[in-house]
Amino acid sequence: MILLLQGVAWLLDPANWADSATPGLLSQLLGQLGITLASIVVAVVVAVPLGVLIGHTGRGRLVAIVASNAARALPTLGLFSVVVIALTLDPQWLAPVIPLALLGIPPLLAGTYAGIEAVDGQVVDAARAMGMTEWQVLLRVEIPLGAPLIVGGLRAAVLQTVATATLASFYGFTTIGNSILLGPDSNQYIPMIGGSLLVTVLALAIDGLFALLQRSSAPRGVSRGARRTTNAARGRFITSPAGTPISRGN
Amino acid sequence: MDWVWSHAGDLWSLVLTHVGLSVPPIVLGFVISVPLGYWASRSAAARAVLLTLGNVLYTIPSLAFILLVPVVLGFALLDAKNVLVALTVYAIAIMVRSAADAFASVSASVRESAVAQGFSPAQRFLRVELPLAGPVLLAGVRVVSVSTVSLATIGSLAGIDSLGNLFTDGFQRDFAVEIITGIVLVLALAAVFDVVLSLVGRLLLPWSRRTGRGRVRRSAPAAASVSEQVA
Amino acid sequence: MAIEFRHVSKTFPDGTTAVEDFSLSIPSHETTVLVGSSGCGKTTLLRMINRMVDPSSGSILIDGEDISGIPPVGLRRRIGYVMQNSGLLPHRTVADNVATVPMLTGVPKRKAREDALALLDRVGLDRGLAKRYPAQLSGGQQQRVGVARGLAVDPNILLMDEPFGAVDPIVRDELQQELLRLQGSLGKTVVFVTHDIDEAFLLGNQVVILQRGGRVAQVGSPKEILANPANDFVADFIGAKRGKRRLTAEAGASGDEVLLVDAAGYAAGVITAPGGRLELATAGSSPKSRSVSNKTDQAGDA
Repeated sequence: MILLLQGVAWLLDPANWADSATPGLLSQLLGQLGITLASIVVAVVVAVPLGVLIGHTGRGRLVAIVASNAARALPTLGLFSVVVIALTLDPQWLAPVIPLALLGIPPLLAGTYAGIEAVDGQVVDAARAMGMTEWQVLLRVEIPLGAPLIVGGLRAAVLQTVATATLASFYGFTTIGNSILLGPDSNQYIPMIGGSLLVTVLALAIDGLFALLQRSSAPRGVSRGARRTTNAARGRFITSPAGTPISRGN
Repeated sequence: MDWVWSHAGDLWSLVLTHVGLSVPPIVLGFVISVPLGYWASRSAAARAVLLTLGNVLYTIPSLAFILLVPVVLGFALLDAKNVLVALTVYAIAIMVRSAADAFASVSASVRESAVAQGFSPAQRFLRVELPLAGPVLLAGVRVVSVSTVSLATIGSLAGIDSLGNLFTDGFQRDFAVEIITGIVLVLALAAVFDVVLSLVGRLLLPWSRRTGRGRVRRSAPAAASVSEQVA
Repeated sequence: MAIEFRHVSKTFPDGTTAVEDFSLSIPSHETTVLVGSSGCGKTTLLRMINRMVDPSSGSILIDGEDISGIPPVGLRRRIGYVMQNSGLLPHRTVADNVATVPMLTGVPKRKAREDALALLDRVGLDRGLAKRYPAQLSGGQQQRVGVARGLAVDPNILLMDEPFGAVDPIVRDELQQELLRLQGSLGKTVVFVTHDIDEAFLLGNQVVILQRGGRVAQVGSPKEILANPANDFVADFIGAKRGKRRLTAEAGASGDEVLLVDAAGYAAGVITAPGGRLELATAGSSPKSRSVSNKTDQAGDA
């Protein structure tokens, strides 16, 4: 417990945040967030349109399910190692982005597709019967109504990515993992504890932010009934730990 | 491939180590989660507290978790118990929700009729509710099993031996074959665990196969797999 | 805006035949009710009119124009559609829901909202509800909004798919009366689908009784059908030989009133019969032991 307090003290020492011979905590934090952001952008560009397509047409659901199953079993560390070694990438920052984006895609895909698919079929039918084009049905009905689950998928993907981004330090990229790995690598336990605390706080803070975002993403008018919807969704997805990314990295 | 055969002995012992690292959290997670999940299914307050706590614990990044366990519990830094504790906590975080949903899925009328027939609370739990919650519990354990096998590899970064050693070692030696071998072994192990669990399920829950084969087997794991990823 | 079905058939991709060789003329400015039990293809027929379903063969004409040549989206925007569970967009206010189609067709937002308020008046809803969301309304109110939305572009044709099927009997009664009142002033070509024969007889100028596969059992006015059921199926379906539609005159009421009882022996009402004789609106027939339908005030032959 003393060690834990020392870790906190280390975190609060401004000297540890400035760059010295090695990148300081600020650079590490920014590196972690930068890698996370880049990976999420890639994952969103790939997964959201695909998920929307699957949800809207109802085709390719099997692909989504198999992809998320496979992703759950795929060991992050292995994927990371093999991508960094096997691909010579230019620019270099793509090296962590590719495995992280690959890991972020399944939860996003599943969230998007489930969100679109969960929209009441009668409402979609009515929208079409009123004379909405397929695009209008998608943009004005399915996406706004599916937004909470889509944001839920994004939440899972971001949490997983920000946690896993720590591993990039092992491969020479600057993240909070720099501090954490000082422990096992060179017996510097205080930075290890401080870094572990920092990344934990970061994950919890992001999760909290997303909880708020997810609440506000429910379109007004359905937020009153949102609790009902959530419960219904739970009933459908029986064993889902809602709000928890299952295939986690670091 | 030559490398694989020449190191078959080492690989096999790593597989066994990995099994030793991942089986206890799966079993412990199940055993601890069933009563907690039952409690959560009976009380809205318990459900709120347990599921929120599970969510928070699950959000902690695993490398940080594994390294903070010895600091908090006073274990040695290189003790495999650190990984066991972290993985067990994750298992519980997933499994409690599964179990709560599993017990909630037992229809009230069945429970009522058990009460009316004179089952004692303990008999009712063991002979009615637990078996009926079985299919959903099984789906939950399968999810836990797959993710635990995969997650155990992170221990290698903290100096705890597992199949993850093949990733760190392969990376440092710039040797892709070793890494890929590791990935294949992890996937294979996860598949073996999954098959074992589903066989155990068939053995223990024969009625769920006979009466609702398509429904139970298709809906539960498939729906779970997608929704896992969804908040 | 007359609608014509010519030898229309529909087989779905899974092989079920919903409709087979269906032909019907639907006159304009009147209400035509398609009635039948579930699986008779009535909803499929309705949905063919705005091309939510395309027939496998045959053709559908609106004012002589084959609709298979009209792009579905444009066609749907000029046909009103009201469905059972209102189908309102849950994330839009009542006013925005009513204004949806006008806005799709390019009516400015402000104008569309003003029109929407006027429509709320029209369907008997308080303007104060305009800013509410559908989930905050009762079932009956939602259906009224659904009707207002169907009328928003002032369509000549209004399709109604069991619009009052999910509300309780008292509210249903109100909504039916409201629809009669509206139709009295608007004179739209209404095509109405229901499984409730009482609703069909109440609302329909023309009633189409359907059997499985969209086969027409009988077409006619409620009077014609009640007076002369075409076959046993129709007679059975409309309940002409049993239950509360089978009324018998019983002596016992005071003076010139004769008590009417239904087949179960429950009193259904009284009828004036000076000197024990029933006066018929149409000429001739014997006074004794005759059955009278209660719903339509129509005397029929026993």
